Amino acid sequence: MEELSLHILDLIENALAAGAKSIEICINEDTGQDELRLEVRDNGRGLTPEASAGVMSPFYTSRTTRRVGLGLPLLKATAEACEGGISLESEAGRGTTVAAWMRLSSVDRPPLGDIGASLAAALARQDPPKLVYRHYRDGRQFRFSSKELEEELGVIPLQEGLVLNWLRQYINEQVNGL
Amino acid sequence: MKSLEELRQIKEKALEEIRLREQEKKVQVIIGMGTCGIAAGAREVMSAILDELGKRRLTNVAVTQTGCIGLCAQEPLVDVIFPGKPKVTYGKIDPFKARQIVAQHIVNGIIIEEWVVNK
Ligand SMILES: Nc1ncnc2c1ncn2[C@@H]1O[C@H](COP(=O)(O)OP(=O)(O)OP(=O)(O)O)[C@@H](O)[C@H]1O
Ligand SMILES: [Mg+2]
Repeated sequence: MEELSLHILDLIENALAAGAKSIEICINEDTGQDELRLEVRDNGRGLTPEASAGVMSPFYTSRTTRRVGLGLPLLKATAEACEGGISLESEAGRGTTVAAWMRLSSVDRPPLGDIGASLAAALARQDPPKLVYRHYRDGRQFRFSSKELEEELGVIPLQEGLVLNWLRQYINEQVNGL
Repeated sequence: MKSLEELRQIKEKALEEIRLREQEKKVQVIIGMGTCGIAAGAREVMSAILDELGKRRLTNVAVTQTGCIGLCAQEPLVDVIFPGKPKVTYGKIDPFKARQIVAQHIVNGIIIEEWVVNK
């Protein structure tokens, strides 16, 4: 995929498909170590150890609409092309953490891209998850919490188009300004 | 003895009903996503719709997405539902078409028949 934020949206979709109510996303860009690390942690139903071992294969999927699952294999290919890798840790019934790391300066590393659109898309649902996004860039930090936003909105639902549009732009401005 | 917890429950329930009533009055736009949809540009379609709503300052439109619904070949899919009317499903939508859907269908109430897939 041409943007890391599309992979992130994919990981969020996996978490939501596993019934997660709470999702934490963390991105850390470290110029000194020349590393970008991203992590998506959820409290969904998780995977058994046997299933965890199989998920990197495209032929492991709980989808019923097609026989291959592409999300994790595609992320793995991206990370490996940038001298990195991915890991999945899961506890059945408790949740899952997927992490990916790659060389920040690798020419093959996709840009972060429209992360605001990915988070807006993740929250645009009837029953949105509690989502926390943290982004570190050489020690500077941006943090967003959907729970705080909902408190701010009161009775106005998160799915209101104008709210989602504001959110998309706000997140992009904050992240680009880091 | 009445507890504060009980009051909180009453408040939650009342708010939920207000929310549902508001929901019924809203135009709903639903975008099909899932890895195939995302790869086919569903996120960009959603961004175009949000941007167009923002430019026109259109309130009372709820935008949501669903995971893949198995119609991968027709993705990105966009449903538009007006209160009390049947759902209209558009297929193979790109950001340009998405903006047209806002301008024609959501603003003027005119269905763009050529892009409809559920006729
Ligand atoms: N966060 C998670 N929690 C629980 N199970 C997961 C999680 N992420 C992945 N899985 C399991 O791993 C499988 C493979 O995931 P992957 O993203 O590679 O493909 P998919 O989601 O099945 O299909 P696609 O991403 O192509 O729509 C999933 O079907 C699911 O069973
Ligand atoms: Mg997936």
